[in-house]
Amino acid sequence: MTISFQLNGKPQMVDIADGNTPLLWVVRDMLDHKGTKFGCGKAACGACTLLIDGEAVRSCSYAVKFAEGKSVTTIEGLGTHENPHPVQQAWIEEIVPQCGYCQPGFMMATAAFLEKNPTPTDEDIDNNIINVCRCGTYYRMRKAIHRAAQIKAESANPTNS
Amino acid sequence: MDNTNKKKKKLSRRKFLVRGGLGTLGVLAVGTYVFRNPLRRQILSFANSMDMSYMGSGIEPMIWFEVTSDNKIVLHSPKVEMGQGTFTGIAQMAADELDVEMDQIQVIHASTDTGNIDTFSTGGSTSIAGLWQPLRELAATLREMIKTEGAKKLGVTVGEVTSGKAQLTGGGKTISYADAVKDVTAWKVPDTPPLRDIKDYKFVGKPVARIDLEAKVFGDPIFGLDAEMTNMLYGSVIRPNKIGAKYVSADTSKAENMPGVVKIIVEEDFVGVVANSYIEAENAKNAVEVQWDVDRNWSSEDIKELLKVGNGNPSLIQKEGSDIDTSEEVIKMEFGSPIGAHAQIEPNGVLASVETNKATIKISTQVVNLTRKEVAKRLGFKDEQVNIIPTYLGGGFGRRLHTPHAAQAAVMSKAVGKPVKYCFTRKEEFQHDMFRPPTHHILKANLDASGMIKAIRHDFSSGDVAIDSAILPGFLNTILGADVGAIRGGFCQYGTIPNIRTVSWHVELPFATSWWRSLGLLANTFAWESFMDELALKSSKDPVSFRLAHIPNDEAGKRLKAVIQAAAEKAKYSDEVVNGRAMGFAASTDAGTPCAQVAEVSLENGKIKVHKVTCAMDPGIAVNPDQVRAQCEGSIIMGISASLYEKMEVTDGELTPTIYGPYQMALMKHAPKEIDVVLLQGIDKPGPVGEPPLGPIGAAIANAVYRLTGERLTHMPLQA
Ligand code: FES
Ligand code: FES
Repeated sequence: MTISFQLNGKPQMVDIADGNTPLLWVVRDMLDHKGTKFGCGKAACGACTLLIDGEAVRSCSYAVKFAEGKSVTTIEGLGTHENPHPVQQAWIEEIVPQCGYCQPGFMMATAAFLEKNPTPTDEDIDNNIINVCRCGTYYRMRKAIHRAAQIKAESANPTNS
Repeated sequence: MDNTNKKKKKLSRRKFLVRGGLGTLGVLAVGTYVFRNPLRRQILSFANSMDMSYMGSGIEPMIWFEVTSDNKIVLHSPKVEMGQGTFTGIAQMAADELDVEMDQIQVIHASTDTGNIDTFSTGGSTSIAGLWQPLRELAATLREMIKTEGAKKLGVTVGEVTSGKAQLTGGGKTISYADAVKDVTAWKVPDTPPLRDIKDYKFVGKPVARIDLEAKVFGDPIFGLDAEMTNMLYGSVIRPNKIGAKYVSADTSKAENMPGVVKIIVEEDFVGVVANSYIEAENAKNAVEVQWDVDRNWSSEDIKELLKVGNGNPSLIQKEGSDIDTSEEVIKMEFGSPIGAHAQIEPNGVLASVETNKATIKISTQVVNLTRKEVAKRLGFKDEQVNIIPTYLGGGFGRRLHTPHAAQAAVMSKAVGKPVKYCFTRKEEFQHDMFRPPTHHILKANLDASGMIKAIRHDFSSGDVAIDSAILPGFLNTILGADVGAIRGGFCQYGTIPNIRTVSWHVELPFATSWWRSLGLLANTFAWESFMDELALKSSKDPVSFRLAHIPNDEAGKRLKAVIQAAAEKAKYSDEVVNGRAMGFAASTDAGTPCAQVAEVSLENGKIKVHKVTCAMDPGIAVNPDQVRAQCEGSIIMGISASLYEKMEVTDGELTPTIYGPYQMALMKHAPKEIDVVLLQGIDKPGPVGEPPLGPIGAAIANAVYRLTGERLTHMPLQA
C-alpha cells in the first residue's frame, strides 16, 4: 500500500507491503532518518519518540498506515545547527547528553510537552517526561527543560528578555 | 599505507613513524600506556617481563593524529566513547600540547585497520587516567615536529617559531599547520619534549563542552545501530527463553515462506534469519520452531540457596591480626543484592559485511580487539582480514565487553553474500544479558570498651564477574583465587582496625554474569557502609567521626578522610530528622578514587524519596570538571536506580522481567532535585572517575531511611 505524509515539512510517500509496520522502522530504514531510535519496540522506553501533528508518539508502536495525511516531525526536523529549537539550545547549554542514545526521544517528548505546558514546575516535568535514560542524565534534563521553557518565552516575547 | 610491520615492541620503546604528503600527516606511534589501575599495572608488569606487545592490535604503525588540509587535527582514539566523555578529555589533553583550539580538533574511533586500539577494553574507568601521560607526550612531540618543518618554510630557526591556534608565526610571517606539514617527506622526530605545566593549560582542567554534544543534540547517525551499507539485509538470531536451554533442532519450513525472508541459516550453535527488513526478520524468526533441551527449571529460590555464604568456594583475601572473637559480643548483620541488568538503551547489534578475503564490522563494542578475534576465528580468517570499525555506544556499562553477536552476523553475511545488520530485541537483552551477579554478605564485628572496632569480618558471595571472561588473560581474572571483579569494594578500607578478615565466596550460577559498571562495588559498599552505620550507632558515635577514627594516615587514608570531611561539611551532615527528612552517610574507595556521599531522604506515602545527594570525590586532576560532575550525577542516579528499584527474578526457568517498566528503573521523578558535587585533588594526575561514585549511594540512602524509621534495609532493591 502507499502511504503519504509530511516528514519534517516535506511531502513523503512510502510504498510498503504491510501497513502495520511500525513507523519507527519506516522512518529509520526506508527514509533514512536515524535520529529516531530503537530501544524496546514496546512503547516502554521512549527512545523512538517523534511528533505526529505535534503530539509526542512512541513510533515503535504506531503503525505506519495511521500516519496517512499527517505531519511527522523527527529530531532531524526539530531544529538546525544554525537555528536550533529551544529544547536543543537548552540541551547544549546544560551539556545534557552522555551516551546520547536516549536524547532525541527526550527532546521530542519535551518539545511536545512545552507546547502544552510552557511554564512547567519540577513536578509537571517529573510527571510528564517519562522516558528512560540509563546514563542518568535526568538531573541535567530537568534543568534543561526549565531552560528551554525560558528560551521559548524569551523568543516569543523578545522585549521581556 | 604500510601497516604490516608486526614486530614486537618493548614497553619502554617508543617509536614514531611518519607519513606525509598531500597535506596529510599521520604521526604513527607505538605509545606507552601508564595504567593507573592496580589491575592494569599487573598486566603491565607481566607484559613487560614477557616482552610482549601489550598495547595496540599488533598492527603497526598506528595512526594517532592526522593534520588535514583544512588545518584540523584528527585524533584517532584507541578508546571508545560510550557517554563517559573520554573523547572530550583526550581532545583537551591533545589540544593543549598541540597548541590548537578545541574546534580545531576532531576525535574519531580508531579502527583495527589503523591499529590504534587498546588491546583489552574500554572500561574500568581507566581511559583518561591511562592516556594522560602518553597522549600528551605524543601531542607535544607532534607539535615540535610541525614546528621544525614550519621553521624551514618560514626561513627561521625553530627557536624563533611560536605556535598557537594551529598556526606558526616567525620572521613576521604566519602559516597554518597544514601548510607547515605539506609535502614533507623526511621527518625529524625529536626526543619527547617536556610537558607544559598543568596550570598553563588552556583546556585541561576547564569545563569545556563535550565535543560530541551537537552530534547528539541534532540526532546524527553515530551509533552502532545507525550504521548502513549498500545492499544491506537484516538478520535476527533465535534465542531461548529458558536458562541453560540447549539447541536441539529447528523446523524452519513455515518461516521460509514468510514475506521478505532471504535465508534461514542453521548453524551448530545458532539459528539465524536474514530478511529484507527488520520487521520481516523478526516475524520470520518467531515462525521458526525450535526444540530446546532444558534439564532444569531454575527459580529465584534456587539461586538464593546457591548464593548463601558458605556454599561456594572461599578465598581469604584480607587478613590482619586475628579473626572475630566469638567469646565476646559479636555484632552480626546480613545483606544482599539482586541480579542486575545493564538495560543500556541501545540494544546490542552489529553490521557485518563479509567478502571473500575480508570482513568489515561496524559495532558498538568495548572490546574492539576481542570482537575482531572472535569474528576472525569464526570465519577462519586471520585477524588482519577483519576490520572492526567501532561506533559511538548507546551506553556501555560493561555490557559491550561481550560481542559474540559480531561473529554471528558475519556468518549470516557470508551466507547471503551481502552485509547483514542485526540487533537484539529488548526481551533478548533482558534474558541474555551478562548480568550483575547477585550477592550475599555477612558482616561481623567486636567493639572494644570505648566503642572502637576491635575486629571485623566480611564474608561475601557472588557469581562470576571476571572469572570466565575472555577480556583478560585467564591468570588475571583472579587474585588469591578470588574473582577480581567481585571483590571490588569488598575489602575493609578502615585500616586502623587491628583484626580484619575478608573472605570472597565464589559460586557458579546457571546463567552468565559479568562486568556491570563498578562491578562488586555497588553491593559490597552497600553492605560495608550499612554495617559501619550500625556500628557507629552501637558505639554512640556519629557516623562521620566514627569512620574517620578508623582510617589510617597513609596517603589513601588521608584522601579518604578528606572526602568524608568535605561531604559532611558541604551537606551539613546531621543525625537529626528535620521536617521529615533525614541524612545518611557512606564512603568508599574504588580503584584508588575515594568518594563520600550524603543522601537526604524522606518517605512519601511509604516510598523512599531522595531529595538531595552531596558527593565529595577525589579523582586527582579533573581533566574536564564538568564531565567529572556529569559522571557523578549519572552514577548517583544509576545507583539510586539499582539500589532502590532494579531486580531480575528467575521464574519457571526464565529470567524476568523482559521489558522496561516491569524492570523498574529510576525515571525523571526519581532523580534528586539537587546533586551537589565537590571535587578534591589529592594527587597530581587524573584517577578513575566513571565508577567510583556508584559506591556509596545505596548505603547512604539506607542509612537515612534507618534514621527515619528505625528499620535497617538490608536487601536491595530497597524499595521492593
Ligand atoms: S523503542 Fe519505542 S518506546 Fe522503546
Ligand atoms: S544519555 Fe545515555 S541513555 Fe540517556
